[in-house]
Amino acid sequence: MKLSGAEILLKCLKREGVKHIFGYPGGVVLNIFDLLHEDKELKLILTRHEQGAVHAADGYARATGKPGVVLVTSGPGATNTVTGIATASMDSIPLVVFCGQVPTALIGNDAFQEADIVGITRPCTKHNYLVKDIKDLGRIIKESFYVATTGRPGPVLIDLPKDVTGSKTEFGWPDKVDIRSYNPTYQGNEWMIKQAAHAIAKAKKPVIIAGGGVILSGGAKELKELAEYTNVPVTMTLMGLGAFPGTHKLSLGMPGMHGTYFANKSIQESDLLIAVGMRFDDRVTGKISGFAPQAKIVHIDIDPTSIRKNVHVDIPIVGDVKRVLVILNKILKADVKEQWKEIRKAWLKQIQTWKMDRPLVYDETSDVIKPQYVVEKIYELTKGDAIVTTEVGQNQMWAAQFFKFDKPRTLLTSGGLGTMGYGFPAAIGAQLAFPNKLVIDIAGDGSIQMNIQELATAVINRLPVKVAILNNRYLGMVRQWQELFYQGRYAHTRLDETVPDFVKIAEAYNAVGLRATKKSEVETVLKEGLKVKKPVIMDFVVDWKEKVFPMVPAGAAIDEMLFPEEKKKKKPVKKLKAVK
Amino acid sequence: MKHTISILVENKFGVLSRISGLFSGRGYNIESLSVGETIDPQISIMTIVTVGDDRIIEQITKQLNKLVDVIKVVDMTESDHVEREMVLIKVAPRSEDKAEVLRLTEIFRGRVVDSSQKTYTIEITGDDKKIDAIVDLLKPMGIKEFVRSGKIAIAREGIKK
Repeated sequence: MKLSGAEILLKCLKREGVKHIFGYPGGVVLNIFDLLHEDKELKLILTRHEQGAVHAADGYARATGKPGVVLVTSGPGATNTVTGIATASMDSIPLVVFCGQVPTALIGNDAFQEADIVGITRPCTKHNYLVKDIKDLGRIIKESFYVATTGRPGPVLIDLPKDVTGSKTEFGWPDKVDIRSYNPTYQGNEWMIKQAAHAIAKAKKPVIIAGGGVILSGGAKELKELAEYTNVPVTMTLMGLGAFPGTHKLSLGMPGMHGTYFANKSIQESDLLIAVGMRFDDRVTGKISGFAPQAKIVHIDIDPTSIRKNVHVDIPIVGDVKRVLVILNKILKADVKEQWKEIRKAWLKQIQTWKMDRPLVYDETSDVIKPQYVVEKIYELTKGDAIVTTEVGQNQMWAAQFFKFDKPRTLLTSGGLGTMGYGFPAAIGAQLAFPNKLVIDIAGDGSIQMNIQELATAVINRLPVKVAILNNRYLGMVRQWQELFYQGRYAHTRLDETVPDFVKIAEAYNAVGLRATKKSEVETVLKEGLKVKKPVIMDFVVDWKEKVFPMVPAGAAIDEMLFPEEKKKKKPVKKLKAVK
Repeated sequence: MKHTISILVENKFGVLSRISGLFSGRGYNIESLSVGETIDPQISIMTIVTVGDDRIIEQITKQLNKLVDVIKVVDMTESDHVEREMVLIKVAPRSEDKAEVLRLTEIFRGRVVDSSQKTYTIEITGDDKKIDAIVDLLKPMGIKEFVRSGKIAIAREGIKK
């Protein structure tokens, strides 16, 4: 039987196990929307902006591990997805984005609502397709899901001209995907893994750095096994938070620019870094030449381009994190006989001293609400059992520092691209996937305004997401840089007079709005907000002067940190030697 | 250092821009580029000459390999290979230089492929050195136009002894 392109699309989506699509209609995708209208199995979540649709699909994907699916129209609909696609691409999140396109005969004619979206998204997708012939449609959709979810995951875009979804052909669906030019390496080289095992046994001061790859590969259990068996402390990058329990005694918290003192010190003093599913981002390494000067580096990653891109690696292992860790653990247990407790004693003791020296702190005595206090209270009241999304800036860093993530896929945050406006739609996507879980967006007053229109999406779909706005009336992170490095000239970061009344906004959308202006009100507001079975905006009017510390100034080595009481005074811990 | 990289790719539309976009997006430079079908019409081969230290070249080859439409990447510079490039040179010599132009063409095993009252068009094939040499010699005689094909390369087969 012949099917239309639109029918083939829906059939393929069902075969891929898709239940939810995030999208926005428009002229050239009407063939598809018309079918969705009748469809019982596929639910389209209408967002209020295409960017919101992509972030929601991304939040859905991060929370579940399944690919997020987006459907938008051509031209502006397609270009509005670009920020969301780039966000997913930087953080290796599997998405399949379908864009409508003008009919093939009009492509290149500057037709109404035409944009070369394949050209525009080429650098920010893992791969993309323009379907020119309906006969290729089934194969291309199958390939897209395969490419998006295998290897190092990422977003794939498919451009669908209107005549392709409108015309008919025999339905074809390949049983398996065979792309001769795409074969990710899953199995790590065993000889290399053996070298890594011996290096771990020999190391006096080893540190594991766990990244988002641990979560993506589902290797958190294996990582914990490795850390506990060999008694090696673990620091988790922003993307890796949740890959290893934040409450574990071997946890060092996050490293890097706003990382903990003890994580950064441990890296700088270590003689072996075991980097697992991370890519040595500049926010983690600080000044490359001063990074981990004494350490040998073992690097496990599925993406060969991540290895030796930023730092020199002594033992590179290309492969899937989980599979590599399984073998590594096996080798360690079978071949390497060590008194793990004994040989790590001095190192762990040293780290303990650093932990005591400089824990994460803030002024707990003030009556003005400190943003860190709000995050700590959220953690306390939820007992950590929540999916937390963040916007970008100070709110993101405080969430990363003061909320302890014990499980994978519980922190959804835009790490690589740093997209303000990500957290709220992502929370909507996560809530849709887990209707009974508590989903909280820790936001700032700046970034929440970048996608605040999605309140409508949350309300209409009865998704009870909670938004906690750390409202400091500033673009706080930029203001912090201006205070520290631009002599306090707050160029265009002060939002004061124009910050809207978030309680009223919530109410206008038929959501719930709550506000706390004093420390004593924080707990009441949170308790009430977390209880309501509706979308809630909680507006916490916090101390605008508060800054995120510790902080490594851009271009400094990661142990050249600023602390609250020292403000601008740089206090390099010691002179670094050996440039790698 | 200069590297000559051979890339086998799927012969599909958009592949060239994926590859050139990879170079431009990361600030790598392409010195020369040539593309053509292989014996299998579904596969094209690209030869790219680029400059970079070992780390950059390692990144380039890895990034190229990562592209979904790329089947195989070989850095020809790593092993023994033959490189060729063709140039077409239109020379407009004074009458007293005409004989010299033809003599040079012969010495360099070139061919005159077109001539007019005032010009000769010469075809020369060779490696960098040879092409640079003839250009240097012809320059004083008056080069009017100059086109080069971009480099192509093929690996040498080892001879069994």
